[in-house]
Amino acid sequence: MTMQATPGRLVGQRVRRREDPRLVKGRGNYVDDMKLPGMLHLAFTRSDVAHGIIRSIDTSAAQAMPGVELVLTGAQLAEMIPPMPVATPFPAPDHHSVTPDRVRYVGEPVAVVVATDRYLAADAADAIVVDIEELPAVVDPERAMSGDPAVIHDAFENNLAVPLAPAGTGVNPATLEVEDESALNEAFEQADVVISQRILSQRLVPNAMEPRGVIARFEPGNDELTVWSTTQNPHIARTLLAAILGMGQHQVRVIAPDVGGGFGSKINVYGEDFVAAAISRRLGLPVKWIEDRSEAFMTTIHGRDVLCYLDLAATGEGKILAVKMRLIADIGAYEMVLTAAIPTLVAFMISGVYDIGVVRCDLTEVFTNKMPTDAYRGAGRPEGIYFLERGIDMLAARLEMDPAELRRRNFIQPEQFPYTTAGGMVYDSGEYERALDTALANAGWEQMKADRDAARAEGRLVGLGLSFYTEICGFGPSAAMPSVGLWEHASVSVERDGKVRATTGVSAHGQGHETTFAQMLADEFSIPMDDITIVHGDTGQVRGGTGTFGSRSQVVGGTALLLAASKVQDKMRRFAAPMLELQPADLSFSGGMIGPSGREETGVAFADVAAFAYVPIPLPPDTEPGLSEEAFWEPEGFTWPFGCYISQVEIDRDTGELELQRFVGVDDCGNVVNPLIVAGQIHGGIAQGVGQAMTEEAVYDEESGQLVTASFMDYAIPRARDLPRFELDHTVTPSPLNPLGVKGIGEAGTIGSTPSIVNAAVDALSGFGVEHIDMMLRPEKLWRLIQGGDA
Amino acid sequence: MSVPISVTVNGRLHELEVEPRMLLVHLLREELNLTGTHVGCDTSQCGACTVLMDGDSAKSCTVFAVQADGASVTTIEGLSAEGGMHPLQQAFWDEHGLQCGYCTPGMIMSGVDLLDRHPDPSEQEIRRGLDGNLCRCTGYEHIVNAIRDAAGGAK
Repeated sequence: MTMQATPGRLVGQRVRRREDPRLVKGRGNYVDDMKLPGMLHLAFTRSDVAHGIIRSIDTSAAQAMPGVELVLTGAQLAEMIPPMPVATPFPAPDHHSVTPDRVRYVGEPVAVVVATDRYLAADAADAIVVDIEELPAVVDPERAMSGDPAVIHDAFENNLAVPLAPAGTGVNPATLEVEDESALNEAFEQADVVISQRILSQRLVPNAMEPRGVIARFEPGNDELTVWSTTQNPHIARTLLAAILGMGQHQVRVIAPDVGGGFGSKINVYGEDFVAAAISRRLGLPVKWIEDRSEAFMTTIHGRDVLCYLDLAATGEGKILAVKMRLIADIGAYEMVLTAAIPTLVAFMISGVYDIGVVRCDLTEVFTNKMPTDAYRGAGRPEGIYFLERGIDMLAARLEMDPAELRRRNFIQPEQFPYTTAGGMVYDSGEYERALDTALANAGWEQMKADRDAARAEGRLVGLGLSFYTEICGFGPSAAMPSVGLWEHASVSVERDGKVRATTGVSAHGQGHETTFAQMLADEFSIPMDDITIVHGDTGQVRGGTGTFGSRSQVVGGTALLLAASKVQDKMRRFAAPMLELQPADLSFSGGMIGPSGREETGVAFADVAAFAYVPIPLPPDTEPGLSEEAFWEPEGFTWPFGCYISQVEIDRDTGELELQRFVGVDDCGNVVNPLIVAGQIHGGIAQGVGQAMTEEAVYDEESGQLVTASFMDYAIPRARDLPRFELDHTVTPSPLNPLGVKGIGEAGTIGSTPSIVNAAVDALSGFGVEHIDMMLRPEKLWRLIQGGDA
Repeated sequence: MSVPISVTVNGRLHELEVEPRMLLVHLLREELNLTGTHVGCDTSQCGACTVLMDGDSAKSCTVFAVQADGASVTTIEGLSAEGGMHPLQQAFWDEHGLQCGYCTPGMIMSGVDLLDRHPDPSEQEIRRGLDGNLCRCTGYEHIVNAIRDAAGGAK
């Protein structure tokens, strides 16, 4: 079947979201908004030390409290629930929902209370006395690699989770053996300039505004479990819940109602979810658990925490010959579902947008006494692009070359696509110079530089930073995640009154799928958007799915939907053909009619064809009654959006305070279905990238292993006043890999913005001999650099 | 031990017995089923729980229900009549001032308070006025646009 998206009436338009009327009126339905009859509440007792052996747990006081129905320790729960799943190919230590014997990070659950009321549950959890024999904690990954002062899992010597995973030139992709380093060595020997820098992409806390939550209801009468979850991917959650609970997938239904943001942190199924399900099954009653914010800081996955030793070889003219990254990923105390896979994505990014002959990435993953890391907006791509773009700016400074010009000299050219990087990634399409030129023109780059120089002459510390990103989007194909699969599913049903009900396996939590997907179908069928309902986030209503992450919803979910719609259209043509005494192939959809192409108004009404399909007298040959089709779509490769960001900052000489004064961006995510929603995704992405650059850092105390940034008082996500008005534009380079020509935009802003801001800050302090500054760019650090001390 | 209180919520008087430690936000959400007011941080930084108390914005996660005795509280549900929208609700819709919607009720209630005090705010006044409200999705620009729009157009 050839499938082509219909040129849009609504696709491409700034359509207001259909989700919003309920949300602005306080009529959304989030997990914590729901109450079920007989529902009990869970609270967890958590470790307040980073590392230790549980000697005893005294639950007697808690059990005696009124309203307490059940108290279970980790050891008791370990008999009910096996260790949690991972979806990565590396060996992983056992990770229990509630630890039975040993604690390995602050906040790790050690016991659970079930009570009739949330306040009582919290009281009882506090009344549990846990005696822990403390062990030394280690939070510095490079120190952890020595095995001193602590080995966190006995089976993982020197805390090495993934001891070494090389990728790139001279590495056998199947065996991961380094076979031939001659090209790498030669490139560095031939180089006129070598840049070497240690760069940290620091640990971050995702902080979706809605904390995690779960309601589990096991119905003993029919052995069915329904779980309402703040998940980004209910079908994956169903798979994992069923597997861990020893149930069939047909017995488990997962519902994601309105979900208040995720940014990757709600991909995982967490220990609390398994515990809630297991306790509901044991008691035959529904149970609810809602995370509080301090729990969210301590025990929802963290992001980033990758250290890079970068070496970059170039000629005197600025041609990059080779890039080498030695990565140390601090993955925390355990492996969650994708933990070990995320740092491998850094290696995929090593070439960025540049035609680089030789690349090499050596990755080591290390356990420390911290919350595990996993996917956080960008997930591996922000780290990779940040390391590379920092290195390129250092090269520009060393060569005293305009950073835009240096990048221009190294771009992969449009005629080189599809382009295979030296690391084996295949880029679908790109026209980088056009995006760069657009950004430079919009920013007034030459004037910006002149203004910066004039400000410098007055003693002001103004800096300009430029970055250019690409990223991997539209996950799959399935080969990229064999444990789950990365296809997407959709179904489209035209009901007998001509109204359309469609389902999608991607699961929006702020992305507006109910709107964009209805726009698409309205165009395909040429009917009003109001006649279309999009259903998502419920495995009981949506037959298949993978979920929303990795900027895949529009690319993979949108294409699956288009495919299902085209199957329905084919069937409608077969029903309409006898009504019009024409051939199906001659018929098209326009203006609510199905008729001969170009003269659809002479045909039959869409609703009349629908009615006929359900009462088909006579039934057309070789045709089943009804109009309901489904489609699975497996992408053949990743999509690679790209863009250019320019930042202007000024640093206060007396206080070190950094002000982001201008932010100019050009993004290219291929074709755009809804510019309003795309703009929102870019804005939010930029804000999170700004947060990493300027205000966010999860800090664990070196000695005690305590998380010292465990509230919004200590961990600053950007506020409205921290951000300038964004100056954004876009170019359009469609992806050839899907009929919509879309590439994905959910993570772009986060990936591109961070390096542009750090590059600008380094530029602002270049007069002090500063070549690199590790994030976050807090005033005290910048002030010390200005004073000539170490940062 | 329960304490009797009388509180007017969205124009309706409620006579209730509450535990002294019950938070206003839990009174609204659990007792009165007004779940539009959200809890985002428990420590009064994020503002998702913002309501109006006697006309001023207040973070209902940091107010005891007993402190609302005698007060008049307006929540997001009480901002507009059934079938209609308050100008700020309309503006948030028109300007795409929300994505996941979790911070939105608090943002809108803070916006009401802001426009009450500054009917014609500059962009910087709006940004400063939102200091007590965190949003992780939007980067705030569309929220700022919405508040400017509700105030009567561009400045």
